[in-house]
Order: sequence, then C-alpha cells, then structure tokens
Amino acid sequence: MSEIIPILIKIAFLFTCFMSLAAFLTWMERKQSALMQDRIGANRADILGFRAIGLFHIIADSLKMFFKEDFVPKRGHKFLHTFAPFISAFCAMAVFAVIPFGNVLKIGKHIYKLQLVDTNVALLLLLAFLSYGIYGVFFAGISSHNKYGLLGGLRGSAQMLSYEIIMGISIVGMIMISGSLSLRDIVVSQNRLLFGFLPAWGIFLQPLAFIIFLTAGMAETKRTPFDLPEGESEIIGYFIEYSSMKFGLFFLTDFIEVVVVSALVTVFFFGGWEIPYLTSHGFLFPWGWKIAISPIIVTILQVIAFWFKVFFFCWLQLAIRWTLPRFRYDQLMGMTWKMLLPLAIFNVLITGLLILIL
Amino acid sequence: MGEKKDLNKIQFFYLTEIIRGICITSVHFFKNFALHILHLFGVAKDKKAMVTYQYPEEKREITRRARTRHRIMKREDGSPRCVACMMCETVCPARCIYIVAKEVESPEIEKAPEIFEIDTAKCIYCGYCVEACPEDAIRMDTFILDTASYKRDSMLLTLEDLLNHSNEEDLYEINYMKK
Repeated sequence: MSEIIPILIKIAFLFTCFMSLAAFLTWMERKQSALMQDRIGANRADILGFRAIGLFHIIADSLKMFFKEDFVPKRGHKFLHTFAPFISAFCAMAVFAVIPFGNVLKIGKHIYKLQLVDTNVALLLLLAFLSYGIYGVFFAGISSHNKYGLLGGLRGSAQMLSYEIIMGISIVGMIMISGSLSLRDIVVSQNRLLFGFLPAWGIFLQPLAFIIFLTAGMAETKRTPFDLPEGESEIIGYFIEYSSMKFGLFFLTDFIEVVVVSALVTVFFFGGWEIPYLTSHGFLFPWGWKIAISPIIVTILQVIAFWFKVFFFCWLQLAIRWTLPRFRYDQLMGMTWKMLLPLAIFNVLITGLLILIL
Repeated sequence: MGEKKDLNKIQFFYLTEIIRGICITSVHFFKNFALHILHLFGVAKDKKAMVTYQYPEEKREITRRARTRHRIMKREDGSPRCVACMMCETVCPARCIYIVAKEVESPEIEKAPEIFEIDTAKCIYCGYCVEACPEDAIRMDTFILDTASYKRDSMLLTLEDLLNHSNEEDLYEINYMKK
C-alpha cells in the first residue's frame, strides 16, 4: 500500500501538468499566432463580463465539443471509428510514464524517484508507443468510409512510419554517449561540465541529432509544416468524418504530442531537470562562487526547470508551426529518406569514431 | 510565372532560411507581447500592438464619400422631397426600389410617393439612384453600416424607415462615430 500511494500522487501530478499544458496550448496557439501576425486573437468568451485575455475559450471550446452530435458514418466501421481516437490519445499519454520530470525527492528516510517507471528499456518503450500512434490515424482513416479520410490515413501512416525511423536513429548518438537506454541515466549523464564551464547537454554534444530529432518530432505531431495527413485546405484528412469529443480527442492528441516531443527534446538534448552549475547542495559556479540551497528546494527548482524547458520547446514548436508553409508530399518523403536518414546514420558513425578516439 | 531562381549555397541548407523566418515572426511576437504588457500598466498607449480594429467597440475611419444606408430628405413641413418621378426605380440595376405614386394637391408638385420601398437585401449600394434623383431626395449618407439581419423581411426599408433620419447635412459624427 505504501508503494502505491506515491505512484498515484505522481500520476496525478504528471497528468495534471501535461494535460493542463496541452489545454493551455490550444489557447496559446491562437494567441501566439495572433501576436505574430499583429492581431489580438481570441478574446470574446467571457464569464460575467470578465474576459481574462481569452482564457475562457478553452472552456467554451470543450463545452462546444461535448454538446455536438456524435456522428458515425453509415457504412463506416463503428467499432474502429470509435476506437481510433482512444488509441491515438492513449499512445501519446502513455509516453509520459517513462519521462523523468525531476531528480530524487528525499522525505525522511524515503527516497522517491520523480518518474513513474524507471526501466532500462524506457527508450524502446517510448519509441514503441509513439509508433502505435499510427494505428489511431490509420484506423480513423480506414473506418470512416470516405476517400479523403482514407487518403489522410495513408499519408499519415506513411509519414509517421518514415519519421519514426530517423527519430530512432537520431537518438542512437545519445545512447552511445550515456551508455544506457534509461531516460534517467541519459539525463544524469548530462550532469557534468565540458571544458570546465559548458554543461554537457546533448545539444552541445549532438547538435546534428538535435535538429534531426526536432524535425522528426514535429513530423510526429502531424502539424504544419508536416500536416499532410490533416491537410485542412484540401483533404481535411483522417478525421474528416469525426465530430464531437471524438474529434476533440484527436485535436487534443496533437497538442499532447507537442508536449511529448518538447519533453523528449528536453530529456535528450537539454539536460532534463538539470540547471547548469546546480548541484544537490546549491549553486557551484566554475569561477568559484557558491550559493548554498537546501536539497528539497533544489529538487523543486529542478522540477520547475524541467517544465520551463518543456514550455519553451512548446513555444518554439508553435513558432515554427506559424512560420513555415506546408511541404509538398514528395518533398516530405525526399527529405526523410534522402537527407535526414543519411545524416542521422552519418551522425551515429561520427559519434562512434569520436568515442573510440577520445 | 516568373523565372525559377536557383538557391545559393547558404539557402540550399534550408535550415538557415527557417531560422531567418522564425526570427522575423519572433520579433513580431516579442514586440507585440512587450507592448501588450506595457499597455496593461498604462504605458505607451499611443503605440498599437496590432493592426486590426476591435470592431463593435472600435470603428475605423471611413471616407465621407462612402455609400451607406439610404435616407429620403424631408421638406420643411416634414413631407418627403420625393416627387415619385420613378427615375431611381428605372436606373436601379438591382431593381430593389419599388415606388407607388399618389397625387397631391399642391401648386408646385404633382406627385408624391405612397409606397417607397428599398430592399437592402437586393441593393448593391451602387449609388445610381442618388445620382439620378432630380430633387436631391434620396441620399446614401446615413453612415449606418450594420444592416445585417436574421430575416429578409426585416431588411426591407419602407418610406417610414427612410424618412426616420435626421435631416442634417452631415450624419457622420451622429450615426457612425457615436459610442
């Protein structure tokens, strides 16, 4: 029993954090795009005349979704049609089980790892769940009995499959450096200094892998510039026959995936919960300054640092989404197989060579 | 279609161009973000953080020559200036004007409108009726722009609606810029 309660608390904390972040992103996307384009953005929803800079639009949107008609096409496959959004959302959420959002928390004699499961196959688990997300897209496309839906589903599965591969290969460099598949070990391995002052984060060790991973991650989220499966202007995509909260789940899945990709980028390339020069007893700057902080506050600071980094990458992904136009389909496939895949493999080779020499 | 330009060596790597694009959008983002926060504290109100207008509360200036909802001018005794000559009904390309004339016992004028209807759902706001009118009776300068409605019937303007306007020369301040 004493083992279950901390896990339940951790689940509750993680679920609240990433779900509220994903819901917040729906608002942030509108506002950020508005600010980029010199507009105001959604600000009309109000409660008793109180507008709160449009934050009530999150509530208004979800209420609207709940009250819409839940439609299943007459000749569609009813079970798969209902099941598809659940697979999509589940696979995106399940990834959070292995993401470490902080170091250890010491309360009395107990030591709690701030992570749901710390397995040594965490990375394989993560890639597997991200791959399963394809089923959601594919089932949605094939069960809708709609040409556009099918086309979107096919495009989606082809795109996600291709980018899954380079996503896997681009992380191999980080695995070689840290020597472990556990995300916790990967983060801990970044907790040292290069040349005495530079934190040994993945971005400095594997800059090429970072770019490839971010590209693949954005392709996984199926948003512009990689929104061919959704293609709102021409084929609507795999969720063309979806309405009500089933569409809402797909919509939310996109944003959860944005959070997931941000969390993964943070873990692999930006030191996870690490703050530069912060040890378990306080700051220790390379030029000799010291600031002593009690361990519990250090832990809290690290958790905040993790979510701050995640938030920054959510911002960056939205910024990219509102800056770039969509790829053409052949460009998209050409970029994966002709450019990014060779680069990722090249990166692995170079990393191996450098590890051998140094 | 223009000539297709080859990319130079830096542009070929696409990444630099992406970063340049993100820089442009981010500069807009941070500038507007900072301005919005300054506005919250009441500073730098003269610098606008957006180019759009918050329409019902905030109206953009329109030209005084803009053609807006019609009105019919009145004589000093309050009767319409219109003499039911049917010029406007004839010239109207959208055929949205419907006039029925009646006789009046007056030495100067022969006729007056009994029914004068303009269907604003059909009207294309071309302004030909204003130019055709020999008596300067019909004008399109009420500066009422929000003529939208849920029913077609309620977009039909009767003689009463058309006369139910001030006889002032300039309605811009009265009808448009009012809060």
